[in-house]
Amino acid sequence: MPKLPTFVQILFSMKLKFPPLFILMLFIAATIVSCSPDRKLPIYGQRTLSSTVDTIYQTIPAFSLLNQDSMLINNKTFDNKVYIADFFFTSCSTICPEMHRNMKNIFEQYKDSPDLMFLSHTIDFKYDKPHVLKKYAQKLGVDVPQWQFAYGTKEDIYKLAEQNYLVAVNEDSTARDGYIHQGWLVLIDKEKRIRGAYDGTNKEAVAQLIKDIPVLLAEYKK
Amino acid sequence: MQSPIPYRKLLVRMIFLITLTVIIYSCQDAERLNQDIYYTNGRDIYIKKCQNCHGDKGQGLGQLVPPLTDTVYLKENKRKIACFIKNGMSEKIMVHGQSYEDKMPAFPEMANIDIAQVTVYISNSFGNNQGMYTTEAVAADLKACP
Repeated sequence: MPKLPTFVQILFSMKLKFPPLFILMLFIAATIVSCSPDRKLPIYGQRTLSSTVDTIYQTIPAFSLLNQDSMLINNKTFDNKVYIADFFFTSCSTICPEMHRNMKNIFEQYKDSPDLMFLSHTIDFKYDKPHVLKKYAQKLGVDVPQWQFAYGTKEDIYKLAEQNYLVAVNEDSTARDGYIHQGWLVLIDKEKRIRGAYDGTNKEAVAQLIKDIPVLLAEYKK
Repeated sequence: MQSPIPYRKLLVRMIFLITLTVIIYSCQDAERLNQDIYYTNGRDIYIKKCQNCHGDKGQGLGQLVPPLTDTVYLKENKRKIACFIKNGMSEKIMVHGQSYEDKMPAFPEMANIDIAQVTVYISNSFGNNQGMYTTEAVAADLKACP
């Protein structure tokens, strides 16, 4: 009874008998591997149809807030930048330190990068005046223009959070520090569209964000 | 043939010594076991109540939250730790040569045994090695709070 030839034997015989075929197969395999499509991040938020272009995506609207130096910042500050936005308050002892520890790690990786910025909004409109934010930024060790801390009225900030960045925030007198909010780190692209939201207190989610930033930045390199 | 008595004496002495050693060892084991239980429970409490600010490696956060890796500070202030946890803290402190002045929140809901367990975890992690801290010691230290 003839033995069944093993895979290696087949390859070997092919290599001996049909070297061109073998090389062709290798070539096809290499092409398939290298042609796998580039990963692209999804675009989140409400979409509307228009008669002139296919789809209009939800974008962050014009805003005007004070930063940690009491200077006005608006959405022009973030023109031509990818940025990560979040909502926090300085006296928060629950999720904020963990969020900002993780955000700071990302900041350290992209320090002085011209493409990536950070924007932290305070939801404590009563206490977190710009000078409090300044002190917080200094102590966190991130008091540079690349990381903006934003102060605004309750209406402005809460509306931005809930309607534009899709992060739930609220005052709550029963909560430990007086406010409740979600710890999303929201990734915004240069067209001001939401491209991702990551739980800033979750190790795996933050690792995913670290993987996704270069993917998004690569879209603008072509 | 020599008398077997010295051998017997030796044997008895050896058995006595071995027994004594085993007794001492098992006593230490019981104490060590207790400390290990405190340490393990303390770690769970740490993750729930402390880690957000102080970090999973006790590294702290910038100049906002002091690290727990300053073994000298922890040793010198061991009797104050219970008060810090129970009542919070707002005094300015020096840790690793760096000053920290932000408020630490109070944890009044924590029972003495919780404070003892989390302190055993902290004072035997992050480079610290201070051994056991009992619930009774917590009660005594809390009486001395400012």
